Parts: sequence; structure tokens; C-alpha cells
Amino acid sequence: MMLDYTVIWENLPLYFSGVLVTLKVLLISLFFGLLLAIPLALMRVSRSPLINFPAWLYTYVIRGTPMLVQLFLIYFGLAQFEAVRQSVFWPYLSSATFCACMAFAINTSAYSAELLAGSLKATSAGEIEAGKAMGMSRITLFRRILLPSAMRRVLPQYSNEVLMMMQTTSLASIVTLIDITGAARTVNARYYLPFEAYITAAIFYLVLTFLLTRLFKLAERRWLAYLAPRKH
Amino acid sequence: MLYGYGSSILEGAWLTVSLALTSMAMAIALGLIGATCRLSPIKWLARLGETYTTVIRGIPDLVLILLIFYGGQDLVNRIALALGSTDYIDINPFIAGVCTMGFIFGAYLSETFRGAFMAIPKGQAEAGLAYGMRPGKVFWRILVPQMTRFALPGFTNNWLVLTKSTALISVIGLQDMMFKAKSAADATHEPFTFFLAVAGLYLMLTSVSLLVLRYLEKRYSVGIKAAEL
Amino acid sequence: MNKTVLLGALALCAFSCVAQADNAPLRIGIEAAYPPFSMKTPEGGISGFDYDIGNALCEEMKIKCTWVVQEFDGMIPSLKVRKVDAVLSSMSITPDRLKSVDFTKKYYHTPGKFAMKAGNVINDPMVDLKGKRVGVQRSSTYDRFATQKLEPEGVVVVRYSTQSEAFLDLISGRLDATLADIIYTDESFIKTPQGAGYALVGPDINDPAFFGRGAGIALRKGDTANAERLNAAIDAIRANGKYDQVMGKYFTYDIYGQR
Repeated sequence: MMLDYTVIWENLPLYFSGVLVTLKVLLISLFFGLLLAIPLALMRVSRSPLINFPAWLYTYVIRGTPMLVQLFLIYFGLAQFEAVRQSVFWPYLSSATFCACMAFAINTSAYSAELLAGSLKATSAGEIEAGKAMGMSRITLFRRILLPSAMRRVLPQYSNEVLMMMQTTSLASIVTLIDITGAARTVNARYYLPFEAYITAAIFYLVLTFLLTRLFKLAERRWLAYLAPRKH
Repeated sequence: MLYGYGSSILEGAWLTVSLALTSMAMAIALGLIGATCRLSPIKWLARLGETYTTVIRGIPDLVLILLIFYGGQDLVNRIALALGSTDYIDINPFIAGVCTMGFIFGAYLSETFRGAFMAIPKGQAEAGLAYGMRPGKVFWRILVPQMTRFALPGFTNNWLVLTKSTALISVIGLQDMMFKAKSAADATHEPFTFFLAVAGLYLMLTSVSLLVLRYLEKRYSVGIKAAEL
Repeated sequence: MNKTVLLGALALCAFSCVAQADNAPLRIGIEAAYPPFSMKTPEGGISGFDYDIGNALCEEMKIKCTWVVQEFDGMIPSLKVRKVDAVLSSMSITPDRLKSVDFTKKYYHTPGKFAMKAGNVINDPMVDLKGKRVGVQRSSTYDRFATQKLEPEGVVVVRYSTQSEAFLDLISGRLDATLADIIYTDESFIKTPQGAGYALVGPDINDPAFFGRGAGIALRKGDTANAERLNAAIDAIRANGKYDQVMGKYFTYDIYGQR
């Protein structure tokens, strides 16, 4: 089986710049996604249906539709309207990077909110009772006890979400961004060597996944040490 | 309202559903094999299973689809040529889509099934073997039915992800509802209309799936006391 | 690696083989997203100049043809792996492509043209488009031209899966210009309601090194049997008026170009 390695070697710089784009999109999306997820999660654990319902609807719709559709709606769909193009948002919405990050951030916010809400609901009753017994107001209770505790416990599942998000960023290549997948598609388009082009992309993603998994193991060791099995 | 493309999109919806169901069938088969491999005492089988799941879960679906479809065809062709074959090789795009999705989700399902198998009390399998049942019989009569109950929540999740991932198959030209919506959007220059419509269809698909799978969960949990939350 | 070989073997078993014969059917790849040359009808069928010419050729050769719709940048790979036997999808005959595939003689020849907001003037693309964003379809000859001639001059080249996506972004202002076939741009964009306010701008882009000798039917390297019968059929329909009939259905002018 003759694999043309020289083509890949010559195009490695393109793949590496793709890695930078992937990481940039990933970090921006995760940051804003998590920022949005925290208030959403708080809304989801509320007992008032007026607050809970809109949040539930948001996460239901976002989690129930494909990421690709959401991305197309934001990138191509919004640009269709003259009103949008004249609006003050247009300088942002005209950028493919902004649209992709926005779509990914919205998507991850829905999934992260559900994870966080589940984690909040699973807080042991004792912690809540202790906080209330000390006279903490609801806000203080959330700020000092519930959120830090829930965010720690959600780390394993959130790490999964981050890995899934990294894979989702590959869709950015469909809206003209040259991330790792975009680099592979460009190489394929030039040399008609799909196997070499995509295997290289796959290897890059595997390496990134490995590095991220390691990173999260370290994070878990630091923040979830109290949940680890006994060492002695 | 949909400029006459409505029926074409519904046709695509039918293809999406058939693709999802067929791929899931293949994924279940591969998932059971994968889970069995990973839980096997034979070291190299366990390693093989682990490599399969780790590699597939570490690569984006889009890259896997492009790799398996375009790269795989390329590879099969090179192998055929190397073997001296002059036959024409004809891959039906639907079959290619099913194989790709089935292969990918087989990895995810083998993790789900592995967790489910591990949740069954060890005594069950031991009792079966003590009765003199062959390992195969123990597997199909005792383990699989009990595993289903534990696997259903994870399975539901995987099914939902699968149905949404079928949208990516439009990239390789399979004419599912995403492809049809995109063709219509390109022809009429009105992407918002068609993508919104197709989003609604996917939402219907996921909602119906959730209802059916929640019902199944209840049925498989008959007789099990749920803890009071 | 095991899984791939297993899958490959399984795939081989699932495939059918076709004997080579003079009246062997032909599987033709078409994009069906490039009006008026190839597009999808609302009912899900295919229509367009490429489609009609293909059917006319098959009728002339008295063989059965099946059409396989796929993405443009997957055409040549599909041809190589024998998913299709020919590509009849407005594919230009270029020296680059001739490295991977063979072509029949041309069946039409039109130059490329930039589309921009009306009122823009381009005298020299390499100077006037500096710093501007130009959209092209990935893997097309316009992509090659833009990559090798325009990108080094500081033009930002943005690549899309379909030309329609590029037009969508031109309308929304994300692009300053697109580069595509003159007829395609005119028929499926300029003449449509959304294309009002846009015009074909600049010189005819005709560099033979990139745009070769017109659009031909791509075949696997060494497939002389199909090349011969398709060339004969092209000559036949040019002679008996079928070509002009199909051309007249879509265009009011000659698109064949000089002989």
C-alpha cells in the first residue's frame, strides 16, 4: 500500500495552524458556554415553573437538534435577513469564527447546564441543611456552598463534555474555517489523497484528546482528591 | 411556504430515520462484540476492544465519516488493485453511510454495554454456569436481558446522538433530510426557512424517541423498586 | 488496522462486478448543485444542461446510464475507486487534472468571471482584489487559479463546498467577490432576485494552464473504450443537431466556443 507521506510532510504547517484554530474556537466556546451554563443551571433547579420552564425549553431544543443545523442557522440563516445585515451586530455575525464560536457556545451551554443542574440536585442534603442552619441567605448558600461543591462533582462528566466539544469544533470546517479538519479537506482538494489527508487529521485529534484527558486527570487529582479511593 | 421542496425534505426524513435505525442495529451488534472483548479475560481481545473504543471516541465524527467514506473507498480500491482485481467495486451510498455510523456508534455502545454488564451482580452468571449452562446460553438468556435495563439510559443517549449525527452524513452526499434542506436552501437562497424546518423535524424525531425509550425504561424496570429522591 | 482490513474484505464481498463490454452501462457522477448545468428539481430529480447532454450521449451510444449525485470535490476520488465510470459535471480539462484522470473532448467552453457588487471595476485582478475576500468552490479550477495566482498577491481566498454557499456569503457581505463560471454565475445568481445589484466584473478569466480546453467528461486513466465511444457520441450529437437542441433549451447563445 503506497501511502504518499511527502504530501503530508509538506502540508504539516497547514495542519499545525489548523490546531491553533481548533484550540482557539474550543477555548472561546467553552468559556462563554460555561458562563451561560451557570445561570441556566440555577434556573433549571428552581422550583418556580416560571423560571424553570424557559430554561428547560432552551436545553430541550438545543439538545434535541443537530449541531450542524444550529451552525447553519446561525451562519447562513441569520445572514439571509437584511435587518440583520444592517444591524449593529453585523460586524460580528459576518465573521465565520464568531458565528462558529457562538453556535458552539450555545450548544455547550445547554449540555453543561443540564450537567450542572443534575450535580446541584445531587448535593447531599446535609450540606444544604448546614448552610441554612448557619443563617445563610439563598444567594450566599449558592455562592459559598452549592456551586463550588457542584462544580467539583461535575468535573468527570464535564471533562467528557469538553472532549465532545473538541470533536464538535471539526464542524467549523464546514463554514470556511481552516481548523484541523479544514486543513485536511484543503489537502484532499489539492492532491486527491483522501486517506492520507484524513488519517493525519485523525492523528492530530487523537493526540489532542490524549493531552486533554491527561489534563483532566490532573485536575481531578487536585479538586476531587477527597473523592478518590483510599491509597492506604 | 417551502417552495415545493417540502415533499423532498420529507423523503429525506424517511431516509434519515432508516439510516439511523439500520446503523443502530449494526452498532448494537458491534457494541455487544466490543463489550464482550473488553470484558474478556483474553488479554489481546481486551486490548483490541479498548483500542477500538478509544480511537473512535477520540476522533470527531466528521473526520471519521470523511475518512471511512472517502479514505476507505480509496483504501479498498488500492487493496483490490494490489490483489490484482479488475472488478468494478460498487458501494451503495446508503450502505456506506450505515457502515460508517454503525462502526462509529458501535464504539460508543460498547462502552455503554460494558458498564451495563459490569452492573449485573456476579452471582447471576455464576448461578447459570453452576446449572451447567454453556457460556453462550448464559450470555443470551441471563446476562443480555438484565443488561438491557442498565443499558437503557446510556442507550437512549447514544440513540439521540446517533440521530443527530446522521445530519453529518449529508456531507458525503447521502440525500437525507439535511442534504435536501441544504439543496433547497442553495437553490432558493433562503437558508433560514429550510434549516428551521429541518430543525423542527429533528426535534420531532428526538421527542418521539425519548417518549418511546422512556416507556421502554419503565417496562424493563417492572418489579424494581426505585429509590425515593 | 485490523478493523479496517476486515471492513475492506467485507466490503469487497458485498460488491458486484460488471463485465467490460461495448454496451456496458455507464455510471455518471454529477453534482446537481450547479444550475443551469446540473440541479435538483423540487421533486428530487435531476435536470440541467450537463444532465440533458449526458442523456443525449447515452441515447446516441444506445446504452443505459445511471446518474450518481455527489459533492464536487469527491468526484475524482469516486472515479478512481470506481464508484462512477465517468464524471459529467462541468469539469474543466486542465493539465493538473490530466495527471489523475483522462478526459473526452470538450462539450462546452466558457470562461470564468468575478461577481461583485455592481459598480465595481476590476482591471487587473491581482492588483484590484488585494486584501479583498474572494469565494470559490473547493477543488474547482477557480480554486486552483485563486490559490496559485491570487493568494500570493494578498487576496484572501475562502473555500466552500458548493458555489451556492459562496453566493450566499457574497449576498450577506462576507465576501467581496466570487470567482466562478460566467454562465453559472449569471444564470443562478445575477439573474435571480437576490442577485440584483450584483454584476459580472472584470476580464474573462481564461488562463489555459488553469482552465484548459473547456469542460469535458472525466474518465479513469487508460479507459480508452469509454473515451472512444463518448467522443464519437459527442461528435454525433454535434452533427445531428441534438447538441444545439439541448443548448437552446438553456442558453440563447453558443457555449461550445471555438472548435
